[in-house]
Order: sequence, then C-alpha cells, then structure tokens
Amino acid sequence: MANKPNLNPEAAAKIEETEEGTVLFNVPFPKDLSQLKEMSPILVKQPYQIDYLHSYGQDSPFFAGLANKKLLGTKCPKCGYTYGTPRLHCMMCGAECDWFELPQEARIHTFTVCHFGSQEFLPQCPFILIQVEWDGVDTLFLSRLVGPDPNEATLDWVGRKIRARFLRLSKFKPTDVYFVFAD
Amino acid sequence: MRPVYMVSGGISKFAKARPDRTFQGLAKEAFDYAMNDVPELTLDMIDASVSSYFSDHFQRQLMSGIMATDYLGLCPKPARRIEGGGATGGLCIQSAWEMIASGRSEVCAAYGFETMSHVNTWKGNEFIALASDVSFDYPVGGFYTGYYAMMVVRHMQEYGTTPEQLAAVSVKNHANAFHNPYAQKRMKLTIEDVRNAPMVAWPLTRLDVCVMSDGAACVILASEEAAKKLTDKPVLIRGVGTGTDAMRMADRPHLKVPLLPNEKEEDYKDLKYPGVHSFRAGRMASKQAYEHAGIKDPLKEIDFIELHDAYTSSEIQTYEDMGLCKYGEGGEFAASGKPFLKNIDYGLEFPDKSQVGLCPVNPSGGLIACGHPVGATGIMQGVFALWQLQGTIEKHLNDKTIQIPDAKVGAIHSHAGTGTYVTVSILEKAF
Repeated sequence: MANKPNLNPEAAAKIEETEEGTVLFNVPFPKDLSQLKEMSPILVKQPYQIDYLHSYGQDSPFFAGLANKKLLGTKCPKCGYTYGTPRLHCMMCGAECDWFELPQEARIHTFTVCHFGSQEFLPQCPFILIQVEWDGVDTLFLSRLVGPDPNEATLDWVGRKIRARFLRLSKFKPTDVYFVFAD
Repeated sequence: MRPVYMVSGGISKFAKARPDRTFQGLAKEAFDYAMNDVPELTLDMIDASVSSYFSDHFQRQLMSGIMATDYLGLCPKPARRIEGGGATGGLCIQSAWEMIASGRSEVCAAYGFETMSHVNTWKGNEFIALASDVSFDYPVGGFYTGYYAMMVVRHMQEYGTTPEQLAAVSVKNHANAFHNPYAQKRMKLTIEDVRNAPMVAWPLTRLDVCVMSDGAACVILASEEAAKKLTDKPVLIRGVGTGTDAMRMADRPHLKVPLLPNEKEEDYKDLKYPGVHSFRAGRMASKQAYEHAGIKDPLKEIDFIELHDAYTSSEIQTYEDMGLCKYGEGGEFAASGKPFLKNIDYGLEFPDKSQVGLCPVNPSGGLIACGHPVGATGIMQGVFALWQLQGTIEKHLNDKTIQIPDAKVGAIHSHAGTGTYVTVSILEKAF
C-alpha cells in the first residue's frame, strides 16, 4: 500500500507549503570539522524578477490586427502556403509572405482542458485550450475556448464550429482574441 | 567515420529534491560511478567531454556546463554544453559520438544533469513552458501537459485511441520501475488508479505525466582501440538519427508520411501527416538511425527500447514514429502487451499472450517512473540500455527482473518539446 498513490482526498489532505521561510542569522556548528560532511544543506531564498521589453518584431501587425478586431494570417506569394499563425517568411520555400485577413468563423482542430498549469496561469484553471483550423489555411492557431463547462470535456468538441471574440481593451497579447461555439 | 563504443555508465539516484548536492556534486556522483565501473579508465585518458542541461533558469546560473566540467577535473580539455529541450541528453550522447567518430577524441565523457527542485512545481512548469513560442503560445496558457494533451486528443479523434490504452503505459512503466532502485516512483497501479488520479490536462491525469527531478547521468564513449583496452563488454553505437520540427505545434504541416522500410505508401492513403497527432522529428530520427544501422524491420530487429515517455501519450505516439506498429495502431500496440516485460505480472489481461514482450519498451520505468531531470534523462536511457546489452542489470540494480535475456540490439530515443528535436540511437552488444 505504501507504493500506491492514496486517492482518498480526505486522507491526502495536507497544509500547502509556502515559501516565506524564516529569517535566520546563524546555525549551529560542530567543534569537530570532520562532522561537516554530515551537515544538512542550507537553502536560501533568492528572488528573481525582471521586466523585458519584448518586441513582436515582424509579427507586430498581427497584434495591431487583434486590437482592431481583425485576425490576420500570412500567405506565401510564391508557393501559396497559408499560415493561420502568421510567419513573415514561408517555412516551405523561404519567400516573404503577405498579410491577409482570416475568417472569424473556424473549427476546433483539437483541444484540452487545463486543470493545472504554469504558476502564471494557475488562478485561471480550469481553462480550455484549442487549436483553431480554417478551410484552405494550411496551419493552425492556438487560442482559448470560452463558454462550455470545462468539467464536461468530450471528444465531440473536435470539429465544432467556433467564432472569434475580441477583448475591447486590448492587451496586445494573443489572448486578445478567444473563441466561443458558433453552432 | 570510425566506429564508436559505449563502455561505461552511471546515474545518480533521481529524486524530487537533492538539496544535499549542487549540480556539480550530482554530476560527480554519476561520473564516478561510470569511472569505477571500468577500473582501467583514468581521468587522463578522457580527452574530451560534453555536458548537457536544459534550463539556465532552474539553477539561475549560466555556464553550468563548464562549472561541472571543472568540478569533474576535465579542464583544460575540449568540452561543450549541448541544449535541446527534453532531447538534451540524447543530443549530448550524439555530440560525444561525433567527437569520437570524427577522430577528434579517443575517450569522451557525455554527462547531463538538472536540479529542478530549486523552484516549486508550478514555477517549474512555467520555465518549461518558456520552451514554447513566447509571442504566440506561452501567453495563451503555456503548459506543456496541455500541449501534449491537445496532441493526444487529436490522436484519439483520428485513430480511436483511448485513455485506458494510455493508462496501460503508466501501469507498465511504474511496475517496471518497481524493480529499479534508481527510479523516483515505484508503484503497482491499475488502469482505474491512473484514470481516477487528479486530472491535469484532459485526458491526461497525474499518473500519465512524468514528474520533475534532481539527477545526473553519465556515459563514457570510446574509439574501438580505447574500448578494447577498457572493457570486455563494449556496446557499439550502430546508428544515429536526429529529426526536428517547428516549435509551434500550430505550424506543423499536413503532408505525407516519410516511410520506413517496413511500410508502404498505401498504408497511409488518407493520412495528413504529421499534423499535431504525430512527431515528424521522431519519424525522421528513426528513419535515419535505421538506415545508418541497416535496420529493416524494427519490431523484429530491436530487442528493447528506452524511449521518451514524458507523457503516456507520447510513448504511444512514439511506437508509431519508430515503426513498431503503423500510424494509428499505437494504442492497440500498448494494450497488446508487446511493449511489456514477459516476466512481470501487471495485473492486466492481454488478448494474445504469445505477443507479450515482443519488444519491451521502457523496461527501466522510463521518464514516467524514473523521473525527468531533463539534461540527465536522455543519458539515463543510454546507461540503462548499456546495462541491458552488457547483461549487467542485476549487478547495478540488485534485481534482475527487468534484465532482458540475450538482448543484442537496443534503441534509445530522446525527445524535446512537442517533438521539436528527437534523437534515436541504435546500440548493439559487441562482445
């Protein structure tokens, strides 16, 4: 039994660990230095915070598009390959692509419900991630689906028609657009 | 190119946290184990080294590679650090292979490490998710389990793969690890245990997903001349292959399958490939490694595989990439018992007992049970494969249960973020 995960939530209850730690200015030290190899490791907290000036560079028009309620993709004038997530240069032939407006109706190619996540997104759990597909567009687009009950996930969501919605107050992030069921 | 041999290996005990050692200390544990296993080998004889770790964030230390190199006493000899996400370890072994194959080195140490316990699990997930496009992917909900879950949902939609088939992989790998003292999670589970564990990203539960670890691993590679001096149990690296794919899963094309010798074009008439359901990099790495090693029918010619099962789903997808079954048959392959060990009772019913153990996959327990200290992981696979082919599992594990009798050819497979870098190396008993 020791090797089984305990799946009983009551028995698994525990106090959540926090990282405040305790201010400590000294530790015991042995007289006999040969005992030092038995010493417990000292753990210290080191905060790390930084602001980046991240440039969207050649992808910037996409984010300007979201702020203006437009979804933009790119298309290669040389080989015709089309991108649902824009790339200024074609992955297939290397030519420079042109911008075009994507339809705001699309379909779910695949999805998941995140019940846990990275620290930044934990407060938003559970949330639904989708890959968006369009007819005639060769690549997909990662977005969120809003509306359905995250606890009722079913494979039937794959292929469902969806419609884009935009934040009114743009944050210049890919989450300025999200999708809802359209059928 | 001249032949390259693996002559020794070592692993530190993988654990959730190893605050008793810095990354240098962990690397030293694995390195010393490998050194001690070939007593003829002295530090002087190692004329080059390659280190691998994934993330500078976990240590908050740039250039950890050289700090481990100096700790191991390998300066001022040639060395480099290799990084390629989850495939870091596999790439490291291949880089060491290149050092010797090219004639630049006679004996090269390839070692890797990761100390992931320095941040909490959810911050660690954030660091890992930074290995996705920070303009388009990370801000939408960057979480690797979520990315892999979307891939397997499409696999389920495309092929009818079931969560219970995924769970069979978890049962297998945890039960195998029961006999591996190096592993972090050693559990006897049922399919129901896996499915009833807390959901992480639908349909993957906590028992479908590997955990973060602190750990290190090391293999020593040598030229033929050096290998003969060092060991009577050398293992030949018979073939290497490496594949890549676009970082953004959304960018993966929908084209034709690059065929292996045991496949035909009509097998995949209507299949759009790789999409998000398959790893094109894994197929490319397999195809190259098989061509290099002269392998025509992997299921028949490879006796066991240590592959990158960060998720139960990716193990199933990898069966297909590596040609153990056709695309679409991965779930059924798992449930058939073919990748299980014959001599372990998993508490599962298999449709045809004669098929069980045809090609054991992750006899060590894989990432799911051993843990995934990223820079060490691909090298850990190399160590376990070496011991399998040397027939020394009992010596190193004090338990012979997972020793595959008469193993002659093994494969190791290392895989980075949603299939961006994948390496496959074919190892062969050479004594």
